[in-house]
Amino acid sequence: MSTPGTSTTDGTAGQTPTQPHVGSVRGRVVTTVPRAPFDPAGGEARPEELVDVRLRVNGAEHHIRVPGRRLLSDALRHDLELTGTHVGCEHGVCGACTVLMDGRPVRACLMFAASAEGSEITTVEGLTRPDGELGPVQQAFVECHGLQCGFCTPGFLTTITAYLDENPDPSPEEAREAVAGNLCRCTGYQNIVKAVCRAAELRREEGDR
Amino acid sequence: MKPAPFVYHAAADVEEVLDLLAELGTEAKILAGGQSLVPVLNMRLAGPEHLVDINRVPGLDAITVTDDAVRVGALVRHADLLASAEARDALPLLGQALRWVAHPVIRNRGTTVGSLVHADPAGEMPAILALTGGSVVLRSRRGERTVPAEEFFVGPMESCVLADELAVEAVFGRFPAGTRTAFSEIARRHGDYAMAGVGLAVRTDGPDGPVQDARAGFVSLTEVPAVLDLTPVLEGAVAADLPGLAEAVTEAVGSFVDPVDDIHATADYRRHLAAVQTNRLLAGLLAGETTTTTTEETSA
Ligand SMILES: Cc1cc2nc3c(=O)[nH]c(=O)nc-3n(C[C@H](O)[C@H](O)[C@H](O)COP(=O)(O)OP(=O)(O)OC[C@H]3O[C@@H](n4cnc5c(N)ncnc54)[C@H](O)[C@@H]3O)c2cc1C
Ligand code: FES
Ligand code: FES
Repeated sequence: MSTPGTSTTDGTAGQTPTQPHVGSVRGRVVTTVPRAPFDPAGGEARPEELVDVRLRVNGAEHHIRVPGRRLLSDALRHDLELTGTHVGCEHGVCGACTVLMDGRPVRACLMFAASAEGSEITTVEGLTRPDGELGPVQQAFVECHGLQCGFCTPGFLTTITAYLDENPDPSPEEAREAVAGNLCRCTGYQNIVKAVCRAAELRREEGDR
Repeated sequence: MKPAPFVYHAAADVEEVLDLLAELGTEAKILAGGQSLVPVLNMRLAGPEHLVDINRVPGLDAITVTDDAVRVGALVRHADLLASAEARDALPLLGQALRWVAHPVIRNRGTTVGSLVHADPAGEMPAILALTGGSVVLRSRRGERTVPAEEFFVGPMESCVLADELAVEAVFGRFPAGTRTAFSEIARRHGDYAMAGVGLAVRTDGPDGPVQDARAGFVSLTEVPAVLDLTPVLEGAVAADLPGLAEAVTEAVGSFVDPVDDIHATADYRRHLAAVQTNRLLAGLLAGETTTTTTEETSA
């Protein structure tokens, strides 16, 4: 379907429940031929070039040497052993991998570690206070029973932390909208929405002190 | 899944991007916000040999408002454009549509220009580029060209950008004085791709005066962004005439859009949503529900 020489040749599958966000192809499949077939048994045929990456995560400098294709989520979990950041879908849909990059929430699974060089990353580990006490959003999740299995929780905590910086006093409606980009398979969201409002309260109380 | 191996290039400036693209051709892909490309790589639906990361390239993040356009650089994130009061004042349709583009977290990274190049028929910004009569500026070692929206989008998920070209800037046209705009979208959940979305630009002779011209753009309803000229149906109409014209509008929209069935909605349902939203937006606009854009009013 793609004309040779044109550059938008991102292949996408049609929308299916498991990959709804790659693009709508409206019933069509636009394919590109992968360059070299991936060989799961033998691994990649030739050695991969490595890149030096300096990452600043939760205030600490790290230096890693990784392939260019290393996702930020994997660099955090495997190279830095910060396993608080969870990985669900790896296509931007579930929000479990959300981290803060210079204070803004982003999907760590849709970034390469190399692209994050030079920015300040905050993971869920970084939301805890220096003395080990829980931060306000974490505390609110505990109080409101905002989690069950906890798989989705790191992504909610980072997303909500950044959201409350922008909107410190959300209505329950706004709170619901704020977490609309994160999926939770357990809680039914009610207690997460309560936790957003409670976290806002805790932050205000802290500010008053 | 993880992407297949590639060689990662962090380009330092536009010149380096153009050199790399000229040298590597179809083996290279530009990495902007990555919000469309990285999922494709993770699922191994594409496997470029080289990625040229433009995120550190200086000079591509400007939003410039001129008398007749809002110019958006290749590294302007959806979130930045939405946050720009200057851009929203000059062209309210941008703000009206951008709040429907994905979730805020995706907008923090995804670029507006990237979504144009990606040319998803379910993307909001391609439809807006077309509705504003906009264009995209493409640069390569061979020179620079400015491609109008109607030539830019070639097919679903396909734009006319050649392998050695960098899209440096999108140019969204500003509407003439007296134009009012509105945008609406229906999705299962706010932030998801639209089942059907409609943007509208209507120019009237004075705030309550008759319609002079009217145009509509569509999301998830046409293969490539296309603009329906509703002027023949609506010219001379005032708010009170709309109930009598609703059927003609429905007919015009229904025969113009060309949706397909998928798991989210049938083609018929999407066509229905297109007409309903167009009629609702029209009623709102002629009742004065949305701000008027005039070139005089805004600080250019
Ligand atoms: C969960 C999720 C939901 C989403 N929902 C929506 C939605 O509702 N509506 C919507 O419109 N979009 C949506 N998107 C897509 C999002 O808007 C993307 O940001 C956008 O489509 C692509 O922009 P990008 O900067 O991320 O581009 P990338 O992913 O970096 O690139 C996309 C393509 O364009 C090319 N490209 C990018 N920039 C340039 C350039 N300057 N010059 C030449 N080629 C270039 C790349 O090589 C690639 O082929 C969603 C994405 C996700 C992950
Ligand atoms: S892992 Fe699901 S959004 Fe990143
Ligand atoms: S608590 Fe289990 S997925 Fe959210």
